[in-house]
Amino acid sequence: MADTVDMAVKDRGIDEAVDKLTPERIEAVIRHVLDHESAARLKVYLETCVRCGLCAEACHTYMSRDRDPDYAPVAKVRDTLWAMVQAKGRVSSELIKKSARIAFTECGACRRCSMYCPFGIDIAYLIMTVRRICSLLEAVPQYLQDTTNSHAATSNQMWVQPDEWIDTLMWQEEEARDALNGARIPLDKEGAEIMYSVIAPEPKILAQLIGNMAVIMRAANVDWTMPSADGWDNSNMAMYSGDFEVMGRVERAHWEKARQLKVKRVVMGECGHAYRGAVYDGPKWLGWQKPPIPMVHAVEFYYELLSTGRLKIKQKIDTPVTVQDPCNIIRGRGLHEKLRYVVRALCSDFRDMEPRNEHNYCCAAGGGVINCGPPWKLSRMKSIRVKAEQLSATGAKICITPCHNCHSGIEDVIGHYKLGMHVSFINELLIKTIELPE
Amino acid sequence: MEQTIYEWVRGPLVWVGFVGLLLGGAVKLTRMALLAKREKSVFPTFDARFGLRSLVHWLVPFGSHNMRARPVMTAVSYLFHVCLLLTPLFVMGHAVSWQQSWGVSWWSLPPLAADLMTLMVIGGCLFFIVRRVAAPEVRNVTTWREHAIILLVASPYVTAFIAHQQWLDYETMIVLHIVTGVLWLLAIPVTWLSHMLWFVFARAYMGSEFGSVRNARDW
Repeated sequence: MADTVDMAVKDRGIDEAVDKLTPERIEAVIRHVLDHESAARLKVYLETCVRCGLCAEACHTYMSRDRDPDYAPVAKVRDTLWAMVQAKGRVSSELIKKSARIAFTECGACRRCSMYCPFGIDIAYLIMTVRRICSLLEAVPQYLQDTTNSHAATSNQMWVQPDEWIDTLMWQEEEARDALNGARIPLDKEGAEIMYSVIAPEPKILAQLIGNMAVIMRAANVDWTMPSADGWDNSNMAMYSGDFEVMGRVERAHWEKARQLKVKRVVMGECGHAYRGAVYDGPKWLGWQKPPIPMVHAVEFYYELLSTGRLKIKQKIDTPVTVQDPCNIIRGRGLHEKLRYVVRALCSDFRDMEPRNEHNYCCAAGGGVINCGPPWKLSRMKSIRVKAEQLSATGAKICITPCHNCHSGIEDVIGHYKLGMHVSFINELLIKTIELPE
Repeated sequence: MEQTIYEWVRGPLVWVGFVGLLLGGAVKLTRMALLAKREKSVFPTFDARFGLRSLVHWLVPFGSHNMRARPVMTAVSYLFHVCLLLTPLFVMGHAVSWQQSWGVSWWSLPPLAADLMTLMVIGGCLFFIVRRVAAPEVRNVTTWREHAIILLVASPYVTAFIAHQQWLDYETMIVLHIVTGVLWLLAIPVTWLSHMLWFVFARAYMGSEFGSVRNARDW
């Protein structure tokens, strides 16, 4: 039985849209998505599921909510997509409201359940299909929809204006030069080795991360650049709100910018879902087999710099640390060994989580869940008790989170469950530990 | 009259079962291949190495994390599936029928082994039904259809076992065995028994996506 407090959450984005729905519109949208936007994968997955329930324990929501069967992945699909398919789209607006709650706030599309299904059913894909239907019906949590609107209007997630963007980069260049002589943030440098991508929360609220990167790049003597105009943010919340048209637009702009600059590689900052959007979901929607230019995630990039000696560690951090495995770069890119190499290079007291690597639990913030905003925060905290237990068992004082969603999500977990820890990006630890040239 | 029914089920009805299964399977596969072509990324994603890697991990008992986490379920389900597929192919009664009808002959199971394997299938079905009733996460998504499908799967094995032991009227049991067996074959393309058909493709696709796109393991 789903939590009654969560069922009563008021969210204008969903509630007001649902009030305006007509049965005809619901049916037309569902049939459009089922008949025209999905094909073999959806049908095979729906036909193959034997309702064995073996996916249940994969889900942090199910595990955190005392194994309430309604939170098992298979039940989430039963309560949303199956209901729509069985009724051939003739479902009530109440079902759309329920589907929006389940698909946006109780599943982070982390894909852990795909690894527990004997048939390899991509349950996250089925939930994303539900989100797509809700998006076309305009029943999306208000805060999440706002980020999509921002992408549509400004091309970035947080309404950062073009002048603010350049101003922030120049400000952070000054900060970096204070820390290290010769540090720069080269804008629009054609033919650079690397284009560095960040997501909008960095210029908006975590600008020091960009300054830190300028120091790291200078210390490692990297030929890099950042774009001065739109295309710099591929954080792509539209991918999670189900607005795939905007998602495609954001990814195309990002890759076009990289092509214009004729860079050899794109390094994605410490963000999991931006990486996923750029490498996986974006190209899929655009009909590309792979991105036009190779992209490496920051973890991979730091690994390269550390393992080749381009960055040297002056003194390791001795505070006990643990590390969160971001779904989109671990289950999504297999970077767990490299992540641990980096963490061990920087920290002398590393305490790993259990379960770990591909089997680690999601932070419950990713997949757009944290972007559903304050109305859903308590629900999110109830869905992530397992992470609090995992963190607490390590005895660590710092949780390293190489992903913006994990960073914010785990900060919330630490506060809510009073774990007495801090979160940190790798970028922040590198600044404290690397040798800087004279 | 009984003889006529026996002849009829042993002849045309068996053909209905096999042709229905083959045609149904072929139609489904063709339809799905066309649909997969429409999704531009499906075929290019398939990768033989990674697809096979995933299949091996999920076909070898205890080859995946989830299988190791549930040893009883894994053992029962593995034995059930092996017995379910091998018993009809190698049971002596079927070998004799094929020999009589088509003149083909191959190795057949010793009767005791066939009996034990049949009991394993029936036991497996009972286990699945009990699990569906007892485990809340499974009960929650189980309807009468799930139980009906499991009973349908069990029924040709139950009737075969009773016939072989000659507990009830042999011919009646054989008629029931063939009828339920044919229904079982016909149900494969139209129920979730089609996981028999889709397992290889769904698993290989997920393995390919995890391996070649996501550079990660899916077991």
